Amino acid sequence: MANDRIKLRIKFRKYGPIRFIGHLDVMRFFQKAIRRAGIDVAYTGGFSPHQIMTFAAPLGVGLESNGEYMDIEVCSITSCQDIMERLNGASVPGIEIVSVNVLPDTAGNAMASVAAAAYTVSFRQGREPLTDIAEALPVFLAKNKIPYIKKAKKGNRELDLKPGIYKLTYLKAENTFFMLLDASSAGNIKPGQVIEALLAESGESLQENALLITREDVYANMGTKDKPEFVTLDAIQA
Amino acid sequence: MGINTSQRLALSDDILMKIEKPERYIGHEVNSVVKDRDNISVRFAMCFPDVYEIGMSHLGIQILYDMFNSMEDVWCERVYSPWTDLDAIMREQNIPLFALESQDPIKGFDFLGITIQYEMCYTNILQVLDLAQIPLNAEERGEDCPIVIGGGPCVYNPEPLADFFDLFYIGEGETQYRNLLDLYIECREKGLGRVEFLRRAAKLPGMYVPRFYRTAYNEDGTIQSFTPTEEGIPERITKEIVMDVTDTYYPMKPIVPFIKVTQDRVVLEIQRGCIRGCRFCQAGQLYRPVRERDVDTLKKWAVEMLKNTGHEEISLSSLSSSDYSKLPELIDFLINECGKNHTNISLPSLRIDAFSLDVMGKVQDVRKSSLTFAPEAGSQRLRNVINKGLTEEVILKGAGLAFEGGWTRVKLYFMLGLPTETEEDIEGIAELSNKTAALFYDMVPKDKRTNGRVQIVASTSFFVPKPFTPFQWASQCTKDEFIEKAYQTRTAIARQLNQKSIKYNWHEADASVLEGVLARGDRRLCQVIRRVYEKGSFYDAWGEYYDNERWLETMEEYGLSVDFYTHRERAADEILPWDFIDCGVSREFLWREWEKAKREEISENCSLKCQGCGAAKFGCGICVVPREGV
Ligand code: SF4
Ligand code: SF4
Repeated sequence: MANDRIKLRIKFRKYGPIRFIGHLDVMRFFQKAIRRAGIDVAYTGGFSPHQIMTFAAPLGVGLESNGEYMDIEVCSITSCQDIMERLNGASVPGIEIVSVNVLPDTAGNAMASVAAAAYTVSFRQGREPLTDIAEALPVFLAKNKIPYIKKAKKGNRELDLKPGIYKLTYLKAENTFFMLLDASSAGNIKPGQVIEALLAESGESLQENALLITREDVYANMGTKDKPEFVTLDAIQA
Repeated sequence: MGINTSQRLALSDDILMKIEKPERYIGHEVNSVVKDRDNISVRFAMCFPDVYEIGMSHLGIQILYDMFNSMEDVWCERVYSPWTDLDAIMREQNIPLFALESQDPIKGFDFLGITIQYEMCYTNILQVLDLAQIPLNAEERGEDCPIVIGGGPCVYNPEPLADFFDLFYIGEGETQYRNLLDLYIECREKGLGRVEFLRRAAKLPGMYVPRFYRTAYNEDGTIQSFTPTEEGIPERITKEIVMDVTDTYYPMKPIVPFIKVTQDRVVLEIQRGCIRGCRFCQAGQLYRPVRERDVDTLKKWAVEMLKNTGHEEISLSSLSSSDYSKLPELIDFLINECGKNHTNISLPSLRIDAFSLDVMGKVQDVRKSSLTFAPEAGSQRLRNVINKGLTEEVILKGAGLAFEGGWTRVKLYFMLGLPTETEEDIEGIAELSNKTAALFYDMVPKDKRTNGRVQIVASTSFFVPKPFTPFQWASQCTKDEFIEKAYQTRTAIARQLNQKSIKYNWHEADASVLEGVLARGDRRLCQVIRRVYEKGSFYDAWGEYYDNERWLETMEEYGLSVDFYTHRERAADEILPWDFIDCGVSREFLWREWEKAKREEISENCSLKCQGCGAAKFGCGICVVPREGV
């Protein structure tokens, strides 16, 4: 790779009706938005060149996010501020760029860096469980093991969610959970799985489409496996 | 971007999470137009009655969308056929069909405009009306319903749909809509009601209001008379046409869908109409005369549209791009411009010759792409009948140049069931395919064969006679005849020396027969279409949803014969259901061409010699350009 290229990390929000746009289509959206914005993006070689672009972690359809990340390479930049403004000018309501940073040459790409993700989760009106969450949560968190059966086509698999739940709190007044969960490719846990396991303790199951989930941010681990030190992906800057 | 974005969606999260591709229904695409409801006088819903990915790819809608939204007092929005999964949910939960931009129910709009591009979407029109909770028959609609307008090529025979539309707009949409909307606003202010509005609209150029006409039939089922029911309603309706295609509406900011649609690129329409009068081709007659766009304007538009969409590809669009006089200049410009920022160029409908091969070699990967020839008929005799100028010599010369250039894949398109077709003509399809393959093995030495061998794909479709073509009087084949012809083609290809290099594809015969019924049908078919829809048919254009038996059985229920509409040669003096429309091309010219076809005589194209087709009366395009050497 030519070293006169500059790696940029772009953080954006995704909300409102746009939450129904699938991951691949968000990529397509950005490929065209970058061209509309007139950004001097770098392309791969070959007969069908494409923009050099990596996304941190795909966001499920229907989820909102305040912290999505995408890395691109450019051949030249004016300023990060200018790129952000131009991208926002080429965007639609519901996709909003919140920061653009130059990455150090040594930084891993957005996808490889992902270690954890933070979520706020609440129940849709009318789909709240009977379980008293405030009461059940301390017991749940005190357990050594949190078994969860992951259903898959090739057969079910039992997971232990416990090591991947880095943080789990509940604000009763707002009927909202806050979670920091493992989002690495090896140990990815979904917010819904945690709530399902929690409700299962009192024999209750989660109603269909009962959760409103917002991904708040995505983190890299700058510490070790045992002593993690999570920083948001946009904290990694040149 | 609009002023206020509606965050409310017509469909609940539960539904959107359950259905395939929710992106089809949420709007919010780049360049979609959102206006302030309170400052709008007329709300227009523009519909393509098929799934989003098909409808969003249609240029005509993008042009009219842009035109309407450039009017300050009008807000034009889009609506497409919900796919079958959502259709079922909407019926079950009684959710009214809505427009994408505002997510408001269609029922509350002033107009619902439906573009009708092919016969097999007729049941989808009823699906759209039904889901919108608008009565299917125009005369059942009250003051609370939008005015339902039909446009597009199928309205050149609107009769099978006459019951369902308040109004048909015959011809190109750019010219009369403002007048129609002004009339509507005036009638509304005076509180005149929809029937009076329609009565007045029927007197505007290009407007056909079917409720003011009556058809009487002879005992044999042919038409005895077709007459206006009121004084002052015109007997004939002349198509609307854009005289200057450069100084007109064209969307500089076309909508960019989130999901990949069929036409995921900038579409640059370089000209309208076609100089060639292939006798089977309806588009070639309907859009006469050919009108070219100014090349400098096209260059400007291309740059502008690429910038405003961010598309990675631009495609030239027209019926026959090779006939555009400034094509080399335009392509040179595009190659230069697009080279700067990784934009692909796509060039459909180019005739294969040294020039086009050179250009294609520059813009596409030769090894991966294939070349397309459309001889349409297997023998020179039959090509003369249909007036397709392509000769075997030209095809083989083009293929030879292509093989030298490294191409190894050739597609050949033919039609089966053309008037006067014989077994020898069908044999000719196999022979031409074989000769093309043989040429490759003769020309290209073993060690230079890129993909090892040549691949010829011969495809046949079944010929369906269309209104306003010289074959509008011709008899169409029956289903059994079609199948027999496809079988003959297959066995003839199997007998060829190079049969291993030839792949043969053919179409379904059932749908072609029904397409023929609808294409040349009359008003009596309205009840059949309605009944078939009520029995559960829609998405007939999608093979998996097409129920041929249901159509046949319903035709019978109403005492109508498939053969009457298809398998019958019309007499010179028979009144055809679409005779009241004047598309510029005269009936006399078409009859002359029909006679010439039977004599296997060709007619030169408009750029060589005017055939006096009648379209000169519009006073534009090629009819007013002096011919070189004449
Ligand atoms: S070249 Fe022939 S088939 Fe093609 S559009 Fe023109 S008239 Fe029709
Ligand atoms: S009037 Fe002559 S030049 Fe004009 S479209 Fe007809 S045949 Fe062509």
